[in-house]
Amino acid sequence: MVNRRRLADLDPEATLRAVSDLARQVRLSDLEMIGRARLGHIGSDFSVIDILATLYGAVLKVNPARPDDPERDRFILSKGHAAGALYATLAHCGFFPVPELESFALPLSALNGHPNRNKVPGVETNTGPLGHGFPVAVGCALAARLQRSSRRTVVVLGDGELQEGSNWEAAMTASHYALASLTAIVDRNRLQQGARTEETKQLEPLADKWASFGWEVRVIDGHHHAQILSSLEPSSSGRPVCVIANTTKGKGVSFMEDRVEWHHKVPSPDQILAAREELTA
Amino acid sequence: MTPQTILHAPTYDCRKAFAEELIALARQDERIVAVCNDSVGSSNLVRFREEFPSRLINVGIAEQDLVGVGAGLANGGMIPFVSAAAPFLTGRALEQIKADVAYSGTHVILCGQSPGMAYGELGPTHHSIEDLSWLRAVAGLPIIVPADPGETRAAVRWAASNDGPSYLRIGRHPVPAIGPEQTEFILGRSIQVRPGNSATVIAAGTMVARALEAADLLHQEGVDLRIINMSTIEPLDREAVLKAAAETGAVITVEEATTTGGLGAAVATLLVQHQPVPMRILGVPRQFAPTGSTDFLLGYFGLTAEGIADAAREVIHHARG
Repeated sequence: MVNRRRLADLDPEATLRAVSDLARQVRLSDLEMIGRARLGHIGSDFSVIDILATLYGAVLKVNPARPDDPERDRFILSKGHAAGALYATLAHCGFFPVPELESFALPLSALNGHPNRNKVPGVETNTGPLGHGFPVAVGCALAARLQRSSRRTVVVLGDGELQEGSNWEAAMTASHYALASLTAIVDRNRLQQGARTEETKQLEPLADKWASFGWEVRVIDGHHHAQILSSLEPSSSGRPVCVIANTTKGKGVSFMEDRVEWHHKVPSPDQILAAREELTA
Repeated sequence: MTPQTILHAPTYDCRKAFAEELIALARQDERIVAVCNDSVGSSNLVRFREEFPSRLINVGIAEQDLVGVGAGLANGGMIPFVSAAAPFLTGRALEQIKADVAYSGTHVILCGQSPGMAYGELGPTHHSIEDLSWLRAVAGLPIIVPADPGETRAAVRWAASNDGPSYLRIGRHPVPAIGPEQTEFILGRSIQVRPGNSATVIAAGTMVARALEAADLLHQEGVDLRIINMSTIEPLDREAVLKAAAETGAVITVEEATTTGGLGAAVATLLVQHQPVPMRILGVPRQFAPTGSTDFLLGYFGLTAEGIADAAREVIHHARG
């Protein structure tokens, strides 16, 4: 099973260039989708796109021609409101044709505002309400262990999402069962829908929290592809791995970056032009 | 089984039949796993754990995690029986049931143990009378309420082989064997357990045996009740309900659940639009139960042979104007 941009197929520099290209394509597609649909979560999308591009471009063993392969790696986007980023990533990796992105959020489209596994190839579970993806990922990793499979499971969590208690239930289960094949990536952009996370309900000291729950913790720059890539090396401790990826909401478009209103604000036509210019510069 | 014998028949806890059938299935199919929330004992899974220690996943007291983990195991190709006390499984994890199981369409078997008022004196926090109402509102989720051990076994086998979600309501309050012994459970197909044309009682779970007793009481008065075991609440056996209403002219529903949205509401919604007949809907009214044992509470709310017989007399009188 190969992804067309698998790390093993390319030298490190070429891999990082491919990831970077993919991230740029995904941002541009997502901008078009949100501009056309007049809805979406552009700030959340741009925060997580470098993580998605690295995963799909260089890490996950998934085959777009066989999205149901039982031995595929499992990826779950628990922050399902970043569906636009996921759709664009899947399309650019060949799970479905890129032109289908134009149907995002249109009546009867497969591309709902939140992902649906029964309609979109490559989606593993229907997320949207927060705090759901992590327990499902724990179940995926338990299944792999019961089947003595080496496949891995990766879940991406929003940081605000960690205010949902179900995540900590799942963190305890994964730790109790020592699910070393499970990686949880926290998209730590420090903003949630209404305000900064630390003003809303404090998450810090976040790395200490995960460590105290029994996880191996890695803290990285969540837009630095090489750092993301190395953070996704297998567990060195036999414990599940938490990657705290420090990110910037709206990353890549100066007037959106780190601004709370761009959680789900829709850019005007002029802003779309300006954003496209920055992304293609 | 005739009504005369059901009054004195031995009774059974359906959880035992559930656990025995699950072990039998697990011996044949290594994809079968049990997932529980510190409920190994109350779900009767001690023997399962002894025989398949690695296939008993205990997530601790964490119902949201419980259901999500079940969905993930199903994604990974396992067949999870997610088992917990019905009030906590359906109340605490309702959004996981909706999103991770029903909407995602995963092959997760949700096993609501000790439903209704089986926990008696433990009170309304531990009663599960809302589950049928809550879950009927969730698309794509079959809701199954077996009436006796044989039907419980058949439903467990069906749920393991059906590639999709389901909710099994596994009774704790002892019930007699209703029969006929089922070799195969068919989703959405009710069973007429007694013929009759004076009125129809549509019952589920613990109430089926009591409906048969009510039929026995009324038989002495020249009233012949038709009794239907409606073990699938969703999707409802529309054909049997419409036929019964047309042929008997009056319908009584009875369930160990709130009357705000379960079996009675399902039957009424169908009949009022397609075959209106006088109806009585028996169950727990929209109130929290007082303190008492299960038997006391069932009597308190009229969920007894006498209560069903009274409702039948009344609705027949009404129907005949």
